[in-house]
Amino acid sequence: MSKLQNAIVGGVRTAMGYVPGNWLPGGTPDPLIERRVTLGTQQSRVDGPDKVRGAAHFAAEVPMEGLLYAACVHSTIPRGRITELDVAAAETAPGVALVMTHRNAPKMAVPPPIGLTNLKAAGNNILPVMQDAEIRWNGQTVAVVLAETQEQADLAASLIKVGYEAAVARTRFEKAKADARTPDSLMIEKNRLKKGDVAVALQAAARSVDAIYRTPWHNHTPIEPNAATIAWKGDRLTVHDATQMLNGTAGSLAKVFGIKESQVYVSSPFVGGGFGGKALWDHQILGAAAAKLAGRPVRIALSRASMVRLIGGRSPTEQRVALAAAADGRLKGLLHHGFSVKPPHSACDEAFTLTSRSLYASESFDVVQHTIDLDVLANTFMRAPGEAPGTFALESAMDELAHELGMDPIELRRRNVPDRNPVSGAPHSQSDVMLAYDLGAKRFGWDRRAAAPRSRREGEWLIGMGCATGSFPYARMPGMTVRITLDGSGHATVSSAAHEMGMGTATVQRQHTADRLGLPLESVTVTIGDTSLPFGSFAGGSSQTASLGAAINAASGKLAVELLRLAGNDTPLAGLRPAEIEFVNGGLRKIGEPSRYESFVSILKRAARDQISVTGVSSAPLEMLKFSMHSRSAIFCELLVSDVTGEVRVDRLVGCFDCGRILNPKTAASQFRGGMIMGIGMALTEEALFDERTGRVMSASIADYHVPAHLDVPDIDILWTDIPDPRTPMGARGIGEIGITGVAAAIANAAFNATGKRVRELPLTPDKFLFA
Amino acid sequence: MRSFDYRRAADRTEALSIAGEGRARYLGGGTNLVDLMRQNIEAPAALVDVSRLPDSIEETPTGGLIIGAAVSNSVVAVHPAVRTQYPMLSRALLAGASAQIRNMATIGGNILQRTRCAYFYDVAGSRCNKREPGAGCDAIDGHNRYHAIFGASERCIATHPSDMCVALAALDATVHLLGPGGEREVRLLDFHRLPGEHPEIETVLRPGELITAIELDPSAAAANSRYRKVRDRSSYAFALVSVAAGLEVVGGRIEDVRIALGGVAAKPWRAVRAEGLLRGQAPTRARFLEAADAELAAAKSFHGNAFKVELAKRTVAAVLGELTGADA
Amino acid sequence: MAIVINGTNYPLPDDPRVSLLDFLRERLGLTGTKLGCNQGGCGACTVILDGTRVLSCLTLAVQADGRDVLTIEGLASDQSGLHPLQQAFIDHDGLQCGYCTPGQICSAVAMIGELRRGDPSYVTADLVEGPKGGLRQEIRERMSGNLCRCGAHNGIVAAIEQMLNGEAP
Ligand SMILES: Cc1cc2nc3c(=O)[nH]c(=O)nc-3n(C[C@H](O)[C@H](O)[C@H](O)COP(=O)(O)OP(=O)(O)OC[C@H]3O[C@@H](n4cnc5c(N)ncnc54)[C@H](O)[C@@H]3O)c2cc1C
Ligand code: SF4
Ligand code: FES
Ligand code: FES
Repeated sequence: MSKLQNAIVGGVRTAMGYVPGNWLPGGTPDPLIERRVTLGTQQSRVDGPDKVRGAAHFAAEVPMEGLLYAACVHSTIPRGRITELDVAAAETAPGVALVMTHRNAPKMAVPPPIGLTNLKAAGNNILPVMQDAEIRWNGQTVAVVLAETQEQADLAASLIKVGYEAAVARTRFEKAKADARTPDSLMIEKNRLKKGDVAVALQAAARSVDAIYRTPWHNHTPIEPNAATIAWKGDRLTVHDATQMLNGTAGSLAKVFGIKESQVYVSSPFVGGGFGGKALWDHQILGAAAAKLAGRPVRIALSRASMVRLIGGRSPTEQRVALAAAADGRLKGLLHHGFSVKPPHSACDEAFTLTSRSLYASESFDVVQHTIDLDVLANTFMRAPGEAPGTFALESAMDELAHELGMDPIELRRRNVPDRNPVSGAPHSQSDVMLAYDLGAKRFGWDRRAAAPRSRREGEWLIGMGCATGSFPYARMPGMTVRITLDGSGHATVSSAAHEMGMGTATVQRQHTADRLGLPLESVTVTIGDTSLPFGSFAGGSSQTASLGAAINAASGKLAVELLRLAGNDTPLAGLRPAEIEFVNGGLRKIGEPSRYESFVSILKRAARDQISVTGVSSAPLEMLKFSMHSRSAIFCELLVSDVTGEVRVDRLVGCFDCGRILNPKTAASQFRGGMIMGIGMALTEEALFDERTGRVMSASIADYHVPAHLDVPDIDILWTDIPDPRTPMGARGIGEIGITGVAAAIANAAFNATGKRVRELPLTPDKFLFA
Repeated sequence: MRSFDYRRAADRTEALSIAGEGRARYLGGGTNLVDLMRQNIEAPAALVDVSRLPDSIEETPTGGLIIGAAVSNSVVAVHPAVRTQYPMLSRALLAGASAQIRNMATIGGNILQRTRCAYFYDVAGSRCNKREPGAGCDAIDGHNRYHAIFGASERCIATHPSDMCVALAALDATVHLLGPGGEREVRLLDFHRLPGEHPEIETVLRPGELITAIELDPSAAAANSRYRKVRDRSSYAFALVSVAAGLEVVGGRIEDVRIALGGVAAKPWRAVRAEGLLRGQAPTRARFLEAADAELAAAKSFHGNAFKVELAKRTVAAVLGELTGADA
Repeated sequence: MAIVINGTNYPLPDDPRVSLLDFLRERLGLTGTKLGCNQGGCGACTVILDGTRVLSCLTLAVQADGRDVLTIEGLASDQSGLHPLQQAFIDHDGLQCGYCTPGQICSAVAMIGELRRGDPSYVTADLVEGPKGGLRQEIRERMSGNLCRCGAHNGIVAAIEQMLNGEAP
């Protein structure tokens, strides 16, 4: 973000400091926190039956008349120009309808970048798409072939000959560090944080640690490949997409093709896993352009190889963390510096130092991160951007410090957990990470841990235990809109252009609406997944539940007003103001006076209406400015490391989460587990192979990028503090991303406990434990 | 994928005669060949489907086994005689790929599967001598974690990815072939070739030749055998290093020992030197390590796979230890 | 030449390049079987061919000539009903996005047969004796050919375990 935005955010923060907390939206805690009926109960997914039957339809499965299939040809150099482009053989190959290159592609504008301020933009790789002969990264699309079948398109694509004039490219991380930039801000925080003098603290410290940690490129690797089925009807564009940014995609495509947003319809009722990787990339734009040229609908379903060339991943990081502590463990200084890749055409920060600004109460801070510019496809957000690699470094360092101090790692954290934000001084909306530690430690059996490394062994297997803190900030998006339609039978339908990627969106918001409106679950339907519905912000930053929740809450307020108006005077509710009534038993009644009640059915019937509709919008998230709002977790791991081969086997994981109220224990536990399992992958196996000589990603098949398999995943115990956050809708904070955070550190810490070997570079593959 | 003709052979003779007609390839389960064709690495004019040839697993007059080439990897893996008499083979098969792939894959196809070198697979963007003789090898200075430490050449450092073949090498299996010129037999150890000047020639198979079966001889070492695979992911991943070993100890001395390594060369690597050092010796941990050390002394590693030398050493010693009950 | 899919006869495609997966999805509109990688690397395309689980992405449709293919759409005895394992997946939340799910379920149905038959796996301690105990590890190893990126593993294993401990499917 710009300096200007920093100033605005900072300014609002200062102003808000004088406002009493309950002035804020959510200042009076959401009454649903106390009055829960279905919220907090186990509910199976509403879309479960369709999914297990294979009847849920994904983007590449939408049938269309006259469909053409697309295949991409990618550049094989990182930087330079196309000098030769021979498409003759492809054009005459069987079944081919079109070969599109920069010579015949339509004029298109550069996609607008994803931004926290512009929710109608979803662009990741902010470069011209097939507009010139210039090559900007290894893997850029230089031609798209459309044919009657996928086999024909793939074959024709292989017949295209491309010649290049190579230019000097920057593809080496180490080398590019010298030219690293230091951005003014990260997300909406100021980048550089200096408080006190960490250098002095480090010198004077009773104990200190200072080390470099590294994480590699990661790919989201959803099981559903990125895909879109696209059709034009005149100037109207229909895109069946796999996206977690419906309105962002529609808005961006409108800009790219110079049409109105209302002329673009994007549908994505089911997404086969997103994790940050399902936004707008070149393929939707190329597919739409080719469909326009060919005058026929197009399916562009990326091969795994095309995915690594066109869908960016999580940047690698190199992080230095130094901690200075007094003999009692209290932090005197915290330094967190580092580098990640973010070329100028990338919209996404890998803000790995953010956690270090709020997690511990250090006397002094020195925090800043730098970005490296390479000629590569833009990096992007991936589950818990920033926090996932950041907690690996910080929480490994805390473990190292505990070891140095001869102190229990949990005790070290207890001594440093702040009672308010240690930098801004803002109060926590709710925070009790130590309760999470206590509950988790008990369930895990932390007291059985031997403090000295290499103390436990079974045959060739060394056994170790470790823990770490996970963290992810709360976010709520303004502008998220829902429509609630109440019909004559008392059935409510909630609709919004929200997303379902496995989080159980419809399931949970159905529970929410039922409780909010005093209806049984069966009387609520939730419709999501396309842009014909009211505006939805993206599914990211773990913000969707709170944003939708706020919008539904707002809509319910309007519904009360509307119902009171319709009810008129001939009703037990006559003369009541909205603040005096509550939703209950499928109707409205006066708070504290149960006899003054009328049902929705009766109100609508008397008013001769078969339905009424209201919309509600998620307001500006002012609570985020006033309070320090973070979800935290305590992660515990027990594992085995082979003293022969260095193989690591995770035997047990426990995660205890302090994330506000849990709305549906069943789907929430799955979200936490899912994140933690991605954490296992991050810790042990995941690494995209980037060839620094050529800037080419070599892990081009799913067999080359090891996501956890069933055998890598032990039973995972999930617990939560379940303390409501009084500043959020329903008392809940987001839960989608925090699961992955802290896991890699907990595993690395356990591996140290098992072997005595500290590995500071992910992933923890067998070779890293072979040599002492 | 290029267009091709598809024909299914009812018996071996028919298979041979169809294959003789042109640029044809035999098709087993297709788990490797179909993928390579889709990547445009292979482009046969015709496929002769031999996966339904009436093959089976039979006992030989000498008490060994003859396993038809069309039998699936899973059928072999769970066959009672394999489990009892050749456990290393059973386990090597079970360590490979996934259950679905093992159900599809044939014995013949498994032997002839090609390397998983990422540069070999990157048809459009990387140089590879195996794909395109003379083009160069991008793996030598590139990502070569999965590459060879034995028998590599300046042309190619790829490994053969099969688990099954490692056990077959240790068992000294015989490959039965049928070609236009008739039947012949080749030791599995002689079947795959080291890259040398011609990494594109991977085996001694002649044009049109069909693998019809593999034959195993019984032995005490085969019956007392193990397979251990070390990999980056606990399952459904190729080997970094694997070890197949069998041991017969008589009167406190090693009478017979078989050791083969996987993931280290363009062919399953029989640890002849280590075996020689162990034969006649007492089975102790120190001896095992010493023998493994001696074998690995000849290894030549690259920047991405230097760890394999130590890993292979330790794994050999550990597997032998497990076979004798001596602690690893 | 024809294939039987979920009890119905279909003529084979003319182009032998067409995989069984593409045949199901693009030609017959049976999109319950998922394409995850088209390379044998994920298991999303698992179908049951003459009783054994295979990957439809690496099977040419013509290779399945004369054979019986069972896909996720054919698993339940009637159209609207659910196979007990499908119900168990819902009950144990063995799914999130649902994309790997049909493959997991088809794989598991066949896998239960393999386990009951006593086939060993790589984690079976005694090859001769076959799988005894360590049921979850057995399930995990045997299901490792079906990747799930959402992380529904615990629920999937629990659903399968329930099937194994309960009624025959
Ligand atoms: C994701 C993935 C993971 C894998 N992991 C492993 C692993 O961990 N370990 C492992 O060992 N393997 C692994 N494999 C490879 C697998 O084992 C092989 O693909 C399989 O064994 C090949 O057998 P097939 O019958 O399918 O061969 P095909 O693909 O049908 O054929 C392979 C080759 O053999 C030739 N051929 C087939 N039969 C004959 C015959 N009878 N005579 C002459 N030529 C013949 C074909 O022409 C072709 O050249 C993996 C594969 C995949 C896709
Ligand atoms: S190692 Fe062999 S297969 Fe790999 S790129 Fe080099 S020549 Fe090709
Ligand atoms: S689609 Fe067949 S294994 Fe991935
Ligand atoms: S449920 Fe999404 S991949 Fe398994």
